[in-house]
Amino acid sequence: MSDPVSAMNGAKFSGLAQVEDSGLQGMITLRGDLASDTLKAAVKAATGADVPASGHVSLSAEGGVAWMSPDELLLLVPYEVVDAKVVDLAEALKGEHALAVNVSDARGVFRLSGDGAREVLAKICPVDMSAEAFKPGQFRRTRMAQVAAAFWLDDDGAFHIVCFRSVAAYVFNLLSVSAHPQSKVGVY
Amino acid sequence: MLILECPYCGVKAEETELAAGGEAHLKRFGPGSSDEEFHDYLFMRENPKGVHFERWRHANGCGKWFHAARCTMTLEVFGTYSAQTTEPPKEIQDKISEKRPNWTWRDVK
Amino acid sequence: MSTRLAKNGRLIDRSKQIEFTFNGKRMKGYAGDTLASALLANDQMMVGRSFKYHRPRGLVAAGPEEPNALVGLGTGDRFEPNQRATTTELFSGLSAQSQNHWPSLDFDVLAINNKLGRFLTAGFYYKMFIHPRPLWKHVYEPIIRQSAGLGKAPDKELKDADTYEHFYFFADVLVIGGGVAGLQAAKVAAQSGAKVLLLEQHNYWGGRAPVDGGTIEGMEPGAWVEKTLEELRGMDNVTLRDRCMGAGVYDHGYALGYERLTDHAPGQGGPRHRLWRIRASQIVTATGAIERPLSFAGNDIPGVMLAASMRDYAVNWGVTPGQKVVVATNNDDAYRTAIAMHGAGVEVVRVLDTRDSGGGSLMEEVRALGIRVECGRAIAKVKGSKRVTGVAICAQNGEGGAQEEVEADAVAMSGGWSPVVHLWSHCGGKLIWDEAHANFRPDPERPPLGADGNGFVIAAGAANGAAGLADALHDAQTAGEAAANAAGFTPKVGDAPAAEAPEENAMEAVWLMPAKADIKLRMKTWLDYQNDVKVSDVQLAAREGFESVEHTKRYTTLGMATDQGKLSNINGLAILADSLGSEIPQVGTTTFRPPYHPISMGAIGGEARGEIFQPLRKTPMYDWHDSNGADWEPVGQWRRPFAYVRSGESLHDAVNREVKNTRDNLGLLDASTLGKLVVKGPDAGKFLDMMYTNMMSTLKPGKCRYGLMCSENGFLIDDGVVARIDEDTWLCHTTTGGAERIHGHMEEWLQTEWWDWKVYVANVTEQLAQVAVVGPNARKVLEKLNEKAGGGMDLSKEALPFMEWRDGEIGGFKARAYRISFSGELSYEIAVAASDGLAFWTALMEAGQEFGVMPYGTECLHILRAEKGFIMIGDETDGTVIPQDLGLNWALSKKKEDFLGKRAHSRSHMADPDRWQLVGLETVDGSVLPDGAYAVGNGVNANGQKNTIGRVTSTYYSSNLGRGIAMGLVKHGPSRMGEVIEFPGTDGKIYKAKIVDQVFYDKEGEKQNV
Repeated sequence: MSDPVSAMNGAKFSGLAQVEDSGLQGMITLRGDLASDTLKAAVKAATGADVPASGHVSLSAEGGVAWMSPDELLLLVPYEVVDAKVVDLAEALKGEHALAVNVSDARGVFRLSGDGAREVLAKICPVDMSAEAFKPGQFRRTRMAQVAAAFWLDDDGAFHIVCFRSVAAYVFNLLSVSAHPQSKVGVY
Repeated sequence: MLILECPYCGVKAEETELAAGGEAHLKRFGPGSSDEEFHDYLFMRENPKGVHFERWRHANGCGKWFHAARCTMTLEVFGTYSAQTTEPPKEIQDKISEKRPNWTWRDVK
Repeated sequence: MSTRLAKNGRLIDRSKQIEFTFNGKRMKGYAGDTLASALLANDQMMVGRSFKYHRPRGLVAAGPEEPNALVGLGTGDRFEPNQRATTTELFSGLSAQSQNHWPSLDFDVLAINNKLGRFLTAGFYYKMFIHPRPLWKHVYEPIIRQSAGLGKAPDKELKDADTYEHFYFFADVLVIGGGVAGLQAAKVAAQSGAKVLLLEQHNYWGGRAPVDGGTIEGMEPGAWVEKTLEELRGMDNVTLRDRCMGAGVYDHGYALGYERLTDHAPGQGGPRHRLWRIRASQIVTATGAIERPLSFAGNDIPGVMLAASMRDYAVNWGVTPGQKVVVATNNDDAYRTAIAMHGAGVEVVRVLDTRDSGGGSLMEEVRALGIRVECGRAIAKVKGSKRVTGVAICAQNGEGGAQEEVEADAVAMSGGWSPVVHLWSHCGGKLIWDEAHANFRPDPERPPLGADGNGFVIAAGAANGAAGLADALHDAQTAGEAAANAAGFTPKVGDAPAAEAPEENAMEAVWLMPAKADIKLRMKTWLDYQNDVKVSDVQLAAREGFESVEHTKRYTTLGMATDQGKLSNINGLAILADSLGSEIPQVGTTTFRPPYHPISMGAIGGEARGEIFQPLRKTPMYDWHDSNGADWEPVGQWRRPFAYVRSGESLHDAVNREVKNTRDNLGLLDASTLGKLVVKGPDAGKFLDMMYTNMMSTLKPGKCRYGLMCSENGFLIDDGVVARIDEDTWLCHTTTGGAERIHGHMEEWLQTEWWDWKVYVANVTEQLAQVAVVGPNARKVLEKLNEKAGGGMDLSKEALPFMEWRDGEIGGFKARAYRISFSGELSYEIAVAASDGLAFWTALMEAGQEFGVMPYGTECLHILRAEKGFIMIGDETDGTVIPQDLGLNWALSKKKEDFLGKRAHSRSHMADPDRWQLVGLETVDGSVLPDGAYAVGNGVNANGQKNTIGRVTSTYYSSNLGRGIAMGLVKHGPSRMGEVIEFPGTDGKIYKAKIVDQVFYDKEGEKQNV
């Protein structure tokens, strides 16, 4: 019987920052015309959040929406309801040219928190991680060492990292190595 | 290591986020084309010392293809622009003319 | 002797003694010492032997320009060769070994080369070892390799015990160099509000100024440095890093910083080096200047040192290389050394100033101390072998006839200063020749250009050719303002801090000492210490026609050692220019390439080692495979089980068992790595008709079709089963490792060619775990799972026929089942959510026990498909193979006007009937053909080699057939059935194989249709 497990099954590491497997997260890739009112309404109905501006995430109590590209969003919903949400979206977007697919199980999701979190990411991503440059609500797709990854920063100062499931162990180890307790850079 | 601004997501991406895609604005020749047309489409490429137009993909990013106009000698970037165009937009051409008054590229002047 | 002085040593802490060893000998130093200063304190003047002549060599410099003092540092898994003693901070327990000598530093057998010196001139190796040819490989090369080279490579069996990392940093202004110019430039830029990063290679700030004296804003330079540092530390927009060298400057404001975190405290934990990957809008290079040696005979004898370096040793670390010093100079700065050494209680025997009129106020100061200064005089020759014993003095403007000989044990030399222009030049900054100072300095009109077409590097202070404290600070002020401006900030324009230092007289260019030195002297006058290049070598190269400085460099090896010519380049090219009767600027410099100073391989690799050396892609069932005997095969970045080896079984046994069991009972394959792309939209059918060679738009929902993909030039790039999900949705399977590539391929055509077509693609490869359930018992196990779950989808032949798919539940798992077969057996591929993958796999294994279930790996998969004659992308194809070569014409739609590759297939070579074509191959004796073997035919080609007529593309032992089977591409193959052709193996044997039909097993295809 179905007893789903996330890629890293609850793994944790604590050093310069805390790295935790976020567990199962419902995720839907939605491609379509982001300017369409129908799409905006469908997204709001599915997540409780609005379509964010480019390079941002908009979060609600139950979920959120991340801006992936000019015609793609990543919807965040509870894992248990993701299939129903995909059906609802398909229904709501009937007649629009759009594609909604469940990608919840295709991903590893990690939470990176603590004072050293910015430095940990700055070791592996070619992104300006200074507080002036990367603010809460920003969302970035980039390269994390040798794999593609995306992350956003929440209002509590924690980063949420999304990568492909097959490389979740690599990313977890990468974050843990970069968070070695004696590797503080001391600039952020 | 170059930095190009992705015109789709606005990220100033360093080269490791990008994938190079060769010469821009190739015209596809399919069935019905002459041997010469098809040969040129497949194999003949510009190799300029100076102004060049290229295709890039924001591969470790938003995933979109875009175009870049740059100088192969100085690496100066004149601009990046949409992939959904068959020739360099006028504002890019004007910008190049400002800096390189006598530039030419294929039959673009 | 060299020794510790009773006083001085602003960088050492005499209360903290440190023990270390050099060549096994126990020595003592102080906290704050470098290995170099500590060696001098222990009278270890000789630190190595030279590369070619194995001459004894001592310390020449005190910084990264040091050419001689290369040592092997550490032991075991922390051993590292070729480390500079001058840039190595002393720590307790440090263990260093000198290099390039045998059997010992003091007595070296190959020093005989020194005696043979006149036969070992420039280009000697090129001239001598070229003939006879065969001797090179077996005689010359092994001998040269044994005797040449510097340090030993670390033990290949040991792994570096340390870790490394990268760090990305973004700044408005990056300032490289923490001397007074760098500090001032950083301060000015920071005051404008710009975000500033300041790097200093040493563990102390201030550069030369605290040693050289003068005053800044009425303070001693050392005090001013402290004050300025405090100001900078108090600014939020400034980041200061010491022990962090600016290693390279690259395109578009990219720069590397090399931070040495634990070199001075090994084993303290955390990364050893950190490579800063910096992007800056503007870069200020305040990298100072390097003193040049003078070219006189015996200038390489231990005890001869750069004048400023001798002063550094005395002032910074309280050590002296000798007790009786001769100073030779062509400029005023070396007088500071005379003053410093005198002040430290060292006797200064003479100051020899090549200038007839001598120096300015500093000279007067020296004379006032009672030191004898002689103008227009030079060193004819330094006496001694392992150590300076005396100096012969002559007129500079003569041939070297000695007029006097004095006893001395150290010589301080100064040939003038060369700005460190490396970082300016790395990315294309040009230089101009400064006649007055006889050096190359950055040409501000031709800086390296950034993305906007404007300069992005500004040189400051001594690195920009500024001479003297006041000039350097003024230049730094201007540079800081300019950098802030260019980075988009408004600096407060102000005056540079007022500085006072003695006025200096003009220097005089001296490229050879004495000016008309005879050949005997020139043959003992060194330009490049590490590579043993002498004045006479460069002159010989010029006579032999080497006019380009780049050619001369390679012919003589001038500047090619690990110090990259930091000391030798200018002196060498001045000699070359003179020999060619040309001017120095016309001869020009060789190219400056990063890094400025060697950096560790570990730092370049960063965190990528051990478990995270590279990403390994794992399916959800990876851990199960791993604990059940999987022998892993890399497929792209995926790891797939090659076979599951049971105890007591060989890998080959395991494969054969899996092959038989899958045909006889039931096999499970983890097929999760196959790419899965959802393609949706009103134009999706039209789009897929372009992507695939066959027709996908006519496929009915619920059905599957095998499809081929070609590139625009006609070659096969991928294959896989396409399922139509609904009216406007398809799911395309790609090969393992093809998912990202084909996804990219589809996006490329949609975004850049047919952007008006309404199609969306999503890669769902990793959303799904996919299991191939294969064999006569395949249906039974799935039905049993449904039974246990109390229901599930109907998997009967009627409800789910071959080449169809259904959604539903299997064993309580939400699943999609495809009736497709890559083995010729009854086969289902079941896709479930990746998060359910392991549970589903485990359930199948449990339920399958009574049906003889065994997991199988990729080798079994390959054999099963080869028995059926199915092609594999990457085996039967190699980027030059078209569908027609593989007999796949049936998959090329004739109805479609266009698809990618169609036009290419009508090019003349593609339509050539002589192209090699796919056939089956059976060895006459049942053995296995070697993989990749070529078949030979009659006649020879233009090179006299036998003509080839085909090659093996897949070859296996089939345990079902009890013999070797193979597929291959053979010229006119399909029309040569039954013919026997020959494949010479690399083992010397000739393999004979009969051309047969490529389907070896179940030719009628009955087994999959049940």
